[in-house]
Amino acid sequence: MIISLFFYLFSFIIVSCAVMVISSRNPVHSVLFLILAFFNSGALFVMLGAEFLAMMLVIVYVGAVAVLFLFVVMMLNINYSQIKDGFQKYYPIGSLIGLILFIEIILMINGDNVLVSQKDSLTNNVPNTHQIGAILYTDYIYIFQISGLILLVAMVGAITLTLRDRPGVKKQNIIDQNARKVSDVITIVKVKKNET
Amino acid sequence: MMIVSLEHYLCLSAILFTLGVFGIFLNRKNVITILMSIELMLLAVNINLVSFSSFLNDIDGQIFTIFVLTVAAAEAAIGLAIIVVYYRNSGSISVEDIKKLRG
Repeated sequence: MIISLFFYLFSFIIVSCAVMVISSRNPVHSVLFLILAFFNSGALFVMLGAEFLAMMLVIVYVGAVAVLFLFVVMMLNINYSQIKDGFQKYYPIGSLIGLILFIEIILMINGDNVLVSQKDSLTNNVPNTHQIGAILYTDYIYIFQISGLILLVAMVGAITLTLRDRPGVKKQNIIDQNARKVSDVITIVKVKKNET
Repeated sequence: MMIVSLEHYLCLSAILFTLGVFGIFLNRKNVITILMSIELMLLAVNINLVSFSSFLNDIDGQIFTIFVLTVAAAEAAIGLAIIVVYYRNSGSISVEDIKKLRG
């Protein structure tokens, strides 16, 4: 009873936040509603018994991705007044395709082909994090390494894309510093005595 | 009615995914909102995986959610970097202005 009440509360907040994310006029508000949607999904994950993933969702999305979005939205100086001009133009085709997709997914859910296998690898007396760790580092170790590699490539790519050297900025060049010789930079001048 | 079943979670995830697709169609002037819609779709997929994992008593769904989370973070970082570079070059982030890539 109380669990279903909480489910409907969280899912209502998630859906209304998603509507606000795609229809808000100001992208900063969109990002803040996205953060609220992620928090409530974390609460749903806790209800489903996936505490570790709930914490991961809050840390990764709210801590990293949403802050990245906020940073970029505030860094770009965009005129937001004319940004919603195509709203009316794409509304019919978008709602048509969305409606078709939604009906298809609902028909899939109501079919009989879900709930195929019961594996029972999830036991209740071991904590959720222990179970994930026991499987993630044994059965899925190669995929885990590949995902680390994906993160590395993403980091290198993001830095390489946004790094630029502007002219006129003074910075240290170690090769030039090491290549300097004493004879290039110091000239010895003989000073004669008794000259005024 | 008052018991929360797997179908409830699947319906929520379907609604969320559809809203993400709808957001991509709706916001043609703002690439940042399109990226946020993609994040919504990935969140719907995550809810799907975790609810199946919980109701089928199978931990593998939560493992896959971790990988989806990883790829989503990498995708957001690369996408925002591309947006910053594009804005630096052209001064706008409208999707309709990126037709220049077509040649």
